[in-house]
Amino acid sequence: MSLKRNVSLATGLRYKGQGPMLTFVLHRIGGLGMAIFVTVHILASFLGGELGVFLNTVYENWLFQIFVFFCALFHAINGLRITILDLFPKLLEHSREAIWIEWAVFVPVFGIAVLVIVQSALGG
Amino acid sequence: MASKSRSLPLTKRGLNFEMMMWLFTRLSALAMYGLILVAIAGALIMGARTQMNMADVLRWGFMPNPNHVQSTDIPALEPWATPFWAVTASLLLIVAVAHGVHGLVVIADDYIVSANGRKIVRLLSIIMMISMTLIGLYILWRDILFPAG
Repeated sequence: MSLKRNVSLATGLRYKGQGPMLTFVLHRIGGLGMAIFVTVHILASFLGGELGVFLNTVYENWLFQIFVFFCALFHAINGLRITILDLFPKLLEHSREAIWIEWAVFVPVFGIAVLVIVQSALGG
Repeated sequence: MASKSRSLPLTKRGLNFEMMMWLFTRLSALAMYGLILVAIAGALIMGARTQMNMADVLRWGFMPNPNHVQSTDIPALEPWATPFWAVTASLLLIVAVAHGVHGLVVIADDYIVSANGRKIVRLLSIIMMISMTLIGLYILWRDILFPAG
């Protein structure tokens, strides 16, 4: 019953999925990133102690904050697009335009957040 | 557009477990949007007098639990540690863990080839879902149920 795809990584990387493929990959990275972060975060606050403090210093690092905020914001906005298009399939005809709207929302919000995070990292 | 209807009747669509989880993923996304918006609205109302900043509002939005805004400028956390917010946080936790663990299963299914491997991943994911939910619920409720414990 096992699947045989016979597709190498190199072939996979050359796949010309363009915009929609990019959102798929980023959605996956964002979801994985959040799943790992939230799991470790819950365990850290459950265990507490030195490990919890150490993990908190990792979370408070500005590079980590930018990464997690990217994961959360992209996953949320892209997920809303997927949900809307899937629950109203007639809109699927405009899926390319929907992806452009998605970037138009994501880029300014994420840009402002990165600006604020970097500003406070540099000491206000 | 073809004149033939593109949608099958419900009985022929295969309303199986995968279909239900597909739908659950979408609906739980909407539920999380709703719960986070409720939490953000609550933080805006409760934090308005103390000039709460946007980052702390969002911290509360992602998980409306007093531990999450402990290290911020909020002077008193008592009004935030109510059963209402514990229930909201619990709902958010349960929905998010189920959504996330199912997402991990979807990703694993894309890369794990053997049928046995998938069964193992499913078993592990069910264990992970239950244990993370229980641990999270314990963290959310311990200060309310066991004060100063």
